[in-house]
Amino acid sequence: MAEATTQSENNTNGIKIPVLQREELILNKRSYHWITERICGVVEGRQPFLWWILFIPSALIALVGVVGGLTYLVSTGVGVWGNTNRVMWGWPIVNFVFWIGIGHAGTLISAILFLTRQNWRTSINRAAEAMTIFAVMCAGIFPAFHVGRVWMAWFLAPIPNSNAIWQNFKSPLLWDVFAVSTYFTVSLIFWFLGMVPDLATIRDRCKPGIRKFMYGIFSLGWRGGNRQWSHYEMAYLLLAALSTPLVLSVHSVVSFDFATSVVPGWHTTIFPPYFVAGAIFGGFAMVLTIMIPARALYGLHDMITMKHIDNMAKIILLTGTIVGYAYLMELFIAFYSGAKYEGAAFLFRIDGPYWWAYYCMMGLNVLSPQIFWFKKCRENLWVVMAVAMCVNIGMWFERFVIIVTTLARMWLPGDWKTYSPSGVDVLTFVGTIGMFLALFLLFLRFLPCINIAEVKWTLKESDAHDEDKKAHPDDGIEVIEAYQYELHENPEGSAREAGIEIEKSTAES
Amino acid sequence: MSTKVRRVYGYLAEFKNASQLYKAAVKVRDAGFKKWDCYTPYPVHGLDDAMGVKRSVLPYFVFFGGLSGVLPAIALAYTTQVGLYPTVVQGKPANIFTTAAFFPVMFELTILFSGFTVLFGLLALMGLPRWNHPIFASKQFARVTDDKFFIAIEARDAKFSAESTKALLAEIGGDNIELVEDDSE
Repeated sequence: MAEATTQSENNTNGIKIPVLQREELILNKRSYHWITERICGVVEGRQPFLWWILFIPSALIALVGVVGGLTYLVSTGVGVWGNTNRVMWGWPIVNFVFWIGIGHAGTLISAILFLTRQNWRTSINRAAEAMTIFAVMCAGIFPAFHVGRVWMAWFLAPIPNSNAIWQNFKSPLLWDVFAVSTYFTVSLIFWFLGMVPDLATIRDRCKPGIRKFMYGIFSLGWRGGNRQWSHYEMAYLLLAALSTPLVLSVHSVVSFDFATSVVPGWHTTIFPPYFVAGAIFGGFAMVLTIMIPARALYGLHDMITMKHIDNMAKIILLTGTIVGYAYLMELFIAFYSGAKYEGAAFLFRIDGPYWWAYYCMMGLNVLSPQIFWFKKCRENLWVVMAVAMCVNIGMWFERFVIIVTTLARMWLPGDWKTYSPSGVDVLTFVGTIGMFLALFLLFLRFLPCINIAEVKWTLKESDAHDEDKKAHPDDGIEVIEAYQYELHENPEGSAREAGIEIEKSTAES
Repeated sequence: MSTKVRRVYGYLAEFKNASQLYKAAVKVRDAGFKKWDCYTPYPVHGLDDAMGVKRSVLPYFVFFGGLSGVLPAIALAYTTQVGLYPTVVQGKPANIFTTAAFFPVMFELTILFSGFTVLFGLLALMGLPRWNHPIFASKQFARVTDDKFFIAIEARDAKFSAESTKALLAEIGGDNIELVEDDSE
């Protein structure tokens, strides 16, 4: 656990004051140089054996699933997917919504937590943003091929063509094209600009050669002068301010694909907030899924601490509960509105042939995170990993329930079909998982996986007035956390009472 | 090629930590220098005031960048939907009352163009990318992206003089003071 007391060399009076103090973000009083060494070491050193164990299968799965599966699909026809008449969205759109949702946690961490001054984001934002980029890449594959003839996918963009046909700007599907492409582009800009100073760090450590040249190109000639930092910080703030409404809009627009249609089970106003909360929920689970192993693999425990994992677990608990509320509210409104078809749609989800998917969704998304109410569970990495995996699976089932069960029972009984995916469906989806992991492993291999400059900024001595604070008469007084005081100094008495007494005594003196 | 002219870029001095750098920056600013900079491994907050650096003008760029995104979005939506190719689908006619349905595209393009403006505006303001910079001639400067803090005063500053500037840097606590020479020409 964290060393929670602050001590200075000239501890004159040795008064101990129990206070509630923030846990430090970087443990063991690491120096700037240690941080640089540890993060750049990941890129500069040989990769651990486990990296290859993970990378080779991931890359192979990606090759077979995405490249092979899609080649087969293009050469044969989109009919090789299991999409049937009426359930025409099937797995491809389930997978699209699943992947695009995962990206949202990255932007939440990099933008919203930046605007709300949550400094703990600095240790995880780089990897989470990388996750966003790769997840959106995986997501983009599905709608592009789902159009049927992928070589006609350019028709999605409003470009003058010889048929003089223009896209329908009233359609959420077109909004989606704009939302997702903007999201990808702005996320990429955010990720890249955030990385420039860190790429310069690697550049300055490289021996002359091809590596130095490449890192030199991508670090743009960064010098770290304050006249650069000044503009840079402003740019970062602006991008955060732009990305915050953007990320909320993207999954809202995705939910409009459903909500603006006149289909029972989809035509509800709760969809945008429900989708956004679900996206952040699923995204944080994926951040944990990839960060906990990466942390162990490269020994990043002092930078990605239990505090970070605790915070992420709490966000999963919060968003999971919001999602649970949305599920229940959907059911309640279906009942309370008296809309016959709405009610039938939800009864079909619960009691129809897809009941198992509905219970998977409910159990994995709503019940499994509730375990995070207990601190012990948030501190046990196996439990955290297990819940994160539950949420990953549960969120995929959520999209399956929304899309497949609804389309399988539309208005006309003649349209009613039971859907099952084809082998190519499964192959392509598994392929995107491989692609995501392979890209993330390459990211760990070649790019700084933690924001070096920002992590340094969170250290105490990074404050320009640090020395002035040390000159203050209060410095040198040993501060211990209140609950530790209770545990170690005053095991019998209640902490609250002890705190009050001590405060009084110091106030008198 | 045969004659190598070595041009003086300026003085570089190392400082112990952010606090020392901050105090030194105030003194360099008060000494009246204009062409100088503090180099740090991370953004030191408050250094802008200590150096007398004005707030970045980037937000103004981005405002107009955003405008340049929303205007084409409006033009694109109305010319195609009302003018060139009007369709009546989803119970929505193609006229001025359809505006609400165009909001998502307007919003997304505003963000997209603003994002590009941030990127290119920032690069323009920082004067990047560039292949090289005279200050990279200094060996010790490579540690600036790791854990060292520097102040560099350029020779082209009107107040620069070989002796007094060096003395000033020493007086305000600078270590490893180095005359950086540009040997690129």
